[in-house]
Amino acid sequence: MLKTLNAAICIAFAVATNPLLAEPKTDVTIASPWEIASYDPTVSGSIVQSLQIMETLVDADAKGVLRPALATDWTVSEDGLTWTFTLREGVTFHDGSAFDAVAAVNALTRAWEQPGILQKAPITGISEQNGKVVITVATPFTALPSILTHSTTIIPAPAAFDADGNPIALIGTGPFSVTDFTPPQSVSMARFDGYWGDAPKLESATYLAASRAETRALLAESGDADLVFTLDASGYSHLQHVDTIETQAVPIPRAVLLKVNSEHPFFADARARQALSLATPRAGIAKAITRFPESAAGQLFPPALSNWHSADLAPLETDLDAAKALLAELGWMPGEDGVLTRDGERFSITLRTFPDRPELPLIATALQDTWREIGIELEVSVASYSEIPKGHQDGSLHVALFARNYGLTPDPIGTVMQDFANGGGDWGAMRWDNPEVTGAIQTIASTADPEIRAESIAEVAGILHQELPVIPVLWYQHTVSIDKGLDGVIIDPLQRSYGLSEMYWVE
Amino acid sequence: MNAFARMALATLATRGVQAIIVAVIVGIVSFAMMQALPGDAAYRIAAGRYGYDMMDAASADAVRAELGLDQPTLVQLWAWLKTLAQFDLGTSAVYGTSVADEIASQLGYSLLLAAGAVVASLLIALPLGIASGLRPGGLLDSMSLAVSIFVRSIPAFALGIVLVLVFAVQLKLFPVAGFQGFSNLVLPSLTLGLGLAAVSNRVIRDAVVDAMSADWRLFARTKGLSARLTLTRHVLRNAALPVVTYIGVQLAYLIEGVVIVESVFAWPGIGHALVHAIFGRDIAMVQGTALVLGLTYVALNLCVDLACRGIDPRGRTA
Repeated sequence: MLKTLNAAICIAFAVATNPLLAEPKTDVTIASPWEIASYDPTVSGSIVQSLQIMETLVDADAKGVLRPALATDWTVSEDGLTWTFTLREGVTFHDGSAFDAVAAVNALTRAWEQPGILQKAPITGISEQNGKVVITVATPFTALPSILTHSTTIIPAPAAFDADGNPIALIGTGPFSVTDFTPPQSVSMARFDGYWGDAPKLESATYLAASRAETRALLAESGDADLVFTLDASGYSHLQHVDTIETQAVPIPRAVLLKVNSEHPFFADARARQALSLATPRAGIAKAITRFPESAAGQLFPPALSNWHSADLAPLETDLDAAKALLAELGWMPGEDGVLTRDGERFSITLRTFPDRPELPLIATALQDTWREIGIELEVSVASYSEIPKGHQDGSLHVALFARNYGLTPDPIGTVMQDFANGGGDWGAMRWDNPEVTGAIQTIASTADPEIRAESIAEVAGILHQELPVIPVLWYQHTVSIDKGLDGVIIDPLQRSYGLSEMYWVE
Repeated sequence: MNAFARMALATLATRGVQAIIVAVIVGIVSFAMMQALPGDAAYRIAAGRYGYDMMDAASADAVRAELGLDQPTLVQLWAWLKTLAQFDLGTSAVYGTSVADEIASQLGYSLLLAAGAVVASLLIALPLGIASGLRPGGLLDSMSLAVSIFVRSIPAFALGIVLVLVFAVQLKLFPVAGFQGFSNLVLPSLTLGLGLAAVSNRVIRDAVVDAMSADWRLFARTKGLSARLTLTRHVLRNAALPVVTYIGVQLAYLIEGVVIVESVFAWPGIGHALVHAIFGRDIAMVQGTALVLGLTYVALNLCVDLACRGIDPRGRTA
């Protein structure tokens, strides 16, 4: 221990005082806010996947186009009910054991038995047949390969589980293997020489979870971290002026939304929801809070979701007078204190949000302030985000503000189906039953025909834009700082990978 | 058996009984407090496990069924006490890992940081406090009072950021955050140590002032001991008693009260983990941590007791 410490001090001192003697770097340190404390793919899968420790059967590029990973190709039976995945040969796990269909089926079955993306698909069985993985579905579901890109479907080695099936180690097939894991803060990795694909140029990498945005900005500025993800607005603008690093803001398919209880007497009429939308100062919020003016959401689906974003939709506007007029149409009249009343009832509602994304409470208070101007009394409740699905289930929710990721899988149909079909879902519409939307979503889910899909997508997006069961506020930008000596960095808008295997040092 | 050993044994026995009582009380109270927290535990645990992109009512229901959260409270309490009696802290409700393993790792890092902070604080406070106490009202005394008040009034969070800006970003002497080696320990220890030293140098100064003005010191001088010998043999020994006790209190505060410093320096300590566990309603983790912290305090008190008995010969009977 002492020896290691001494060596560390000597090395640190030598590097700090003698930059000319420093070898070209072959390691990278990544800092991000997300802590990793579990071996379980359903809990830590997204970080394990992003660090390229474990892989999925299907991969997606930065544009969301599917490409082979542990499966080399996949076919579906004519009735659309049986999917067959042919697996890559000659793949080994980090412990030297061979990757095969049994390992894949076991991992996928475990993921399917737990709450998560596979339970949202109409899967009826996962089995091994002639060395291939066969998945059967109850109804045609064209997004199945897309769902198998999701981080909870990564394939750990059989040795990553104990006799009872509990995950106990991080062993996968990816280009990097774990050398040290200190939950919840850090993972150290080394290049895996037995990797089936192109060998990474980096020899090692370290992941550090720094939960505070200030710490991450300082890690970037000092050069302790070469790649820093998710910077806050002030850190980002400060780092733009630091010579040694480059900053990037990449639009991602995540949107800040207002979820509205469409069954509540105040919001049952679409005009009430339109009024709330007209009273949402998107431009001001985008400029003052996130400091990316282009992030004001003109429609629900962000531009990063190219198949779903539509240039034909007129951007949602902010117009307080129009909002007041719509509410007056619905019978709301200002009372003595300026708050709207109707049949003796005050327009007084509660908005639920949470502090995990620090901009959300700020946006909530901006809404509180603006809505007061049109006579809506808004109480803001900042608590655990689990209060939102809870309020959805028990019907107590009025309005909720949160961020929704439509890029969980390259094809967002699974998420859209949960959120808007059959009356809505925990993180989507609430008690808003629209048979046309449900029908169109089912069509999209079951057909591979690009034209029919595009038509139905346009129909869904159009109705959501008009009816506003959820009110779009912002589209997210993924903020990153990159050391200028690092090349080959690809920032994945789907946030599936940190791109470690592609990057290299040029100095 | 000499007098000190006998007294040490008696102290050990008392603290041992105390440890058992503390374990039982902390076990029950932490369980009751987790039950009393508002909000639905199944939803909170599902949120901690799956993150907000994947968490929904279905996952909360699955968690409720898996962890038996729908069982009567008394049945859950009985299950917890039963595992506890087998010295088993269970598995984390959120991460599925062994609570004992997690705590062992985190407590280790926290103790390391706490020790670093105490060392840093002593290196600053001891010379400053003794020097101020030897000349109460002097220039050094007044200045150290002013600086102490100033440093104490800066929140640890801000102090940490300032130290990082100066020593890590500008001078590049130490790393910003993480825990790859000894150099990582310096800045968080200094952040905490400065805050501690701001108070403890005054405690040391007062103890020295008291000792310097005591009758026995006058007697020691009168009987012909030199000023230096009086200081090293009598004054410092007497002044050490309140100081050692105070350091004990500080250590207790450090082990759980350093959440914000652990967060700023991305340090994998127990305070940070405990706060996360409470937010995520990680019942097993909170109960296990509370228990281990409770027992750590008993152990700390024991060490302070023994140290004081060692320093103070009074009460030892032949």
